[in-house]
Amino acid sequence: MRARLLRSRRVVIAATMAAAVVSVLAAQQAPPAQPNFDAVTVRSFKVQDHVFMLAGAGGNITAQIGNDGVLVVDTQFAQMADKLLAEIARLSGNKPIRYIIDTHVHPDHVGGNERFRRAGRAIVAGNVAGDVRGNEGATVIAHETVAARMSQQDGTTPPAPGGAIPTDTFFGESDEVFFNGEAVQLIHQPAAHTDGDVMVFFRKSDVIATGDVYVNTSYPVIDTARGGTIDGIIAGLNHIIEITVPRDKQEGGTMVIPGHGRIADEADVVEYRDMVTIIRDRVRDMTKKGMTLQQIKAAGPTSDYDGRYGATSGFWTTDNFVEAVYRTLGGK
Amino acid sequence: MTLNRTCAGLTLLAAIMFTAPRPAAAQVNVVGYWNPLVADEDFIERVPGPNVGDYAGLPITNAARKRANTWDASLLTLPEHQCKPHPSTYGFRGIGVLRIWEEREAATQQLVRIKTHIQWQAQERDIWMDGRPEPSELEPHTWQGFSTGKFEGDVLVVRTTHLKAGWIRRNGLPLSDRATMTERFIRHGDLLTHVMMLEDPVYLSEPLVKTNGFAVAPTGTMEPYPCRPAVEVPREAGEVPHHGIDDAPPTREFAERHGIPEEAAAGGAATALPEFMSKLPSLPMAEPKGDPNEGFGPPAPPGGRGAGPGRGRGAGPDGAPPAAGRGR
Repeated sequence: MRARLLRSRRVVIAATMAAAVVSVLAAQQAPPAQPNFDAVTVRSFKVQDHVFMLAGAGGNITAQIGNDGVLVVDTQFAQMADKLLAEIARLSGNKPIRYIIDTHVHPDHVGGNERFRRAGRAIVAGNVAGDVRGNEGATVIAHETVAARMSQQDGTTPPAPGGAIPTDTFFGESDEVFFNGEAVQLIHQPAAHTDGDVMVFFRKSDVIATGDVYVNTSYPVIDTARGGTIDGIIAGLNHIIEITVPRDKQEGGTMVIPGHGRIADEADVVEYRDMVTIIRDRVRDMTKKGMTLQQIKAAGPTSDYDGRYGATSGFWTTDNFVEAVYRTLGGK
Repeated sequence: MTLNRTCAGLTLLAAIMFTAPRPAAAQVNVVGYWNPLVADEDFIERVPGPNVGDYAGLPITNAARKRANTWDASLLTLPEHQCKPHPSTYGFRGIGVLRIWEEREAATQQLVRIKTHIQWQAQERDIWMDGRPEPSELEPHTWQGFSTGKFEGDVLVVRTTHLKAGWIRRNGLPLSDRATMTERFIRHGDLLTHVMMLEDPVYLSEPLVKTNGFAVAPTGTMEPYPCRPAVEVPREAGEVPHHGIDDAPPTREFAERHGIPEEAAAGGAATALPEFMSKLPSLPMAEPKGDPNEGFGPPAPPGGRGAGPGRGRGAGPDGAPPAAGRGR
């Protein structure tokens, strides 16, 4: 069922994993405040055809549901797992989760990996060799840098459970799965939000789940400690615009599930891409003039967008964003 | 006696007929084809199009002014921008013919929704009249937004949310996707007055109220408006045209062109008030440069209703409907 272009079979053995589990919280920024999970309600939305979006706490989850079972993109926080799994069971009629795809390494997107994996069941050798992989649960796919980061200690975050580590990884530009009657493309977007970003395109349903390469709740979060860059974010946004095709008059057609925020389409991504590109250009011009980071911040390169995307408190402020742009453009 | 009883009965019947509550949908009928009265109100803005840098009289925030000052019309040549329709927050100020019709449940004849379609860029809206709630904030936003309506007396009142980021004037003045709109459709015989009030916590410091007039068009027709984008200007991938924040603001050029204070051109809530006129003599006046009328077409013929000739985006030759294709 799965064909890989570039593939590296995961050889992470449980014992090794337990010893090598990693930390995945953002390094330079304070992590986002954890919500009161008991008070969070899971909401689900049919996006198009086989694809649903689930919102709760943390990043959006995408669920592709069909006769073969369930494929989910991201798993939010571990504390949300029970509620999310219940909603997925309701939507799917208790079909098993077969695949979990991680868009990147942050815990608000992969925190539920272990619970989701245990609740699911991989498709293995079937009636030829039996269930040779036993009860190991769903297949967890990610870019190899995600697994690498989750399998080594970088000392910044508490260890993640061994069962949360991806079971299958890929390197290079892409991977693919054919599931529930449709081609599912995994597209690696280098050096964007992190260095392990994956966007997932459901070709028949015509929906793309972008992870945090595209969000519409804030300025782009650039995890510079894990390889994120402003140019990678912009390349990712342009990549989304290349993939999406509006139905008519720049609306509908390919739908976009952002890492955080509301369901979108190409026009929304264009609006966001324009904003990010304009701010990048401004900071780059100021840097070329020899302005310091403090001078650039004081010049207000984002001030016409702050009312929509900015923040003066919390884990990702406007200042954090401007600094990340400045640093990843080569500013010292 | 019998006659008196009959008269009394008829009087009572008439009283019941004319004073009893009637079905809301029967109170006014806005269905039909309508021509916009663009020659009568805000002609320059609505037909040839406004100057860049003209924000006078608009309650915009500093953020809106900065965005418009750095806006470059070349942005509209990008393929992904070419087929954007006017959002509902602007479309009624355009020049296209408006059609309004009802959709009723077959069995009960209950009014489910009122639909509107504006020819220019095929802007089609649903105004839900069945009392349905607003969608979640996580549902998609659209150019026309999510609209619900109700009749207040003879006035159709419509509230719209879930809008895409749009514009309030075709010179870069933005509207955010957090904007909302309240409209009133008021019919006076063969005339329809559309009143719109925009609120935007990001780019408007106060509500922006505009009115748009329409005249009934008994022989109205509706043309299609297909649009397919194309590369108009070869560019490096990812380039987004815009002006620098240190460039001279277009408000200065506009003020010089018309010999008015730049502070007036820059807009803001204060410039919308009559009191601002008394302040004008104390403001530094820009030195007039250039022809203030350059680029504008003649007004519509006297007495003409509907779209007169014009050369703005949208008008075809001699005011004919635009050819199918690209652009706004």
